[in-house]
Amino acid sequence: MEMSFEESLTELESIVEKLENGQLSLDESLLLFDKGIKLVKECDTKLKSAQQKIERLIEENNCLTSEPFEPQEENMREK
Amino acid sequence: MVYEEKGIYTVHEFTLAVKNILTGSQLSDIWIRGEISNFTNHGSGHRYFTLKDKDSQLQCVMFKWHGQSLRFELERGMKVIVLGDIDVYEQRGQYQLKVRAIRPDGTGELYKAFEQLKNRLALEGLFSPAHKKPLPGFPRKIGVATSPTGAVLHDILTVLKRRYPVNVLFMPTVVQGEYAAESIVRSIQALNSTDVDLIILGRGGGSIEDLWAFNEEIVARAIFGSKIPIISAVGHETDYTIADFVADVRAPTPSAAAEIAVPDRRELYSRITRLNDRLIECQRRSIADTASRLSHIQECIQSCLVLDKITNYIQYIDELTRRQTAGIQRMLEIKTYLFTAHAGKLNAVSPLGTLSRGYSIALKLPDKTVVKSIGDVKEKDEIQIIVNDGKLKCNINDKEVCRWK
Repeated sequence: MEMSFEESLTELESIVEKLENGQLSLDESLLLFDKGIKLVKECDTKLKSAQQKIERLIEENNCLTSEPFEPQEENMREK
Repeated sequence: MVYEEKGIYTVHEFTLAVKNILTGSQLSDIWIRGEISNFTNHGSGHRYFTLKDKDSQLQCVMFKWHGQSLRFELERGMKVIVLGDIDVYEQRGQYQLKVRAIRPDGTGELYKAFEQLKNRLALEGLFSPAHKKPLPGFPRKIGVATSPTGAVLHDILTVLKRRYPVNVLFMPTVVQGEYAAESIVRSIQALNSTDVDLIILGRGGGSIEDLWAFNEEIVARAIFGSKIPIISAVGHETDYTIADFVADVRAPTPSAAAEIAVPDRRELYSRITRLNDRLIECQRRSIADTASRLSHIQECIQSCLVLDKITNYIQYIDELTRRQTAGIQRMLEIKTYLFTAHAGKLNAVSPLGTLSRGYSIALKLPDKTVVKSIGDVKEKDEIQIIVNDGKLKCNINDKEVCRWK
């Protein structure tokens, strides 16, 4: 399952801390480094690709449905 | 009818007749403004009070089944607007108003009602920090309950888009007027049945009357009962509503609510960049460390190699020495052999061979020249005679010429 941005960021932080603490074999640190760089890319991609999707929740016959919602500029102004 | 037949009423009959006239009139379902006096909250749960203005008084009763929906407690001197129906209390022959609803009249009363509810809910623990739910650091979908008109939604969406474009589920909500409280409650409950992980409850600024729905108890309880954290953003910075106290976080304005709701993407970028730098620095250091360890080890290995070479040379030198010795030995043997051969030949032609046959050689001393003729020596000269096995030193005593051939 794909990690959320938050999970990726937390994981990345813990990897950097582990690496900074040293005490790792070269192989271990290479593996962690590799993972860390992947996470950096992932986080970056996630941030870049974050899109705002707006939906409106509608209640019909006690049933909740949602539909895409385009905020109208004229609706946005205070009366 | 009874009075037509007899002409005389009993008190009760008269009272009933009055009651019939009054209750059949248009004095029902009527709003009356006045001030409360002589209020008693009876043990039975019914409320009895007098509504008065400077000229008149009106007896009022509010039975407990109507009183339950009362959102504040009556106090003497409170200005109110009551909704009720005319009635006659038969035992006393008194007309009175059966009150179904009471609203505070005017700002002062609203504040009073606000304070009352606030104190009661505070006592109940609805505002307690222990009940505040933490906000998600990175919400995936934010529910926004606010009016479909007005700037609030626009402000929230704009800030969200700028900081961190997150999905939004908008629930159009009535935020002012008679149906507002119920609409807010329904929105909170509806959003609770969706996959949003944060709710912003918003409304623009307004008077205390405009914001009143957010001071309703049912709204407070709906916010308290929400499983999803709620940020309230009602009115302007200085407006506080009950909803603000119950909400998990209170934002001074709807824009501020959006800022609280999501992290700033630019900050996240720089955070990730810093992490990336640290990561690379770690790795650079780790590789440099390992490389220096490696070169150290390499040096050790190299000195081992030198030693190895030296032992090789030692062995080679030994071998050369051995070969040299053998060579010299061989050469010696060859030379010895040649020498023996030559010596044999030499021996064959040596005058020494004649010595063994009894000849001798005379040498004149001191210059050791061979004496071949008697003319070579004089009397008294010293000579050396070499024989087969030695040398003799002699003096010439006499000379005599002989012809041997």
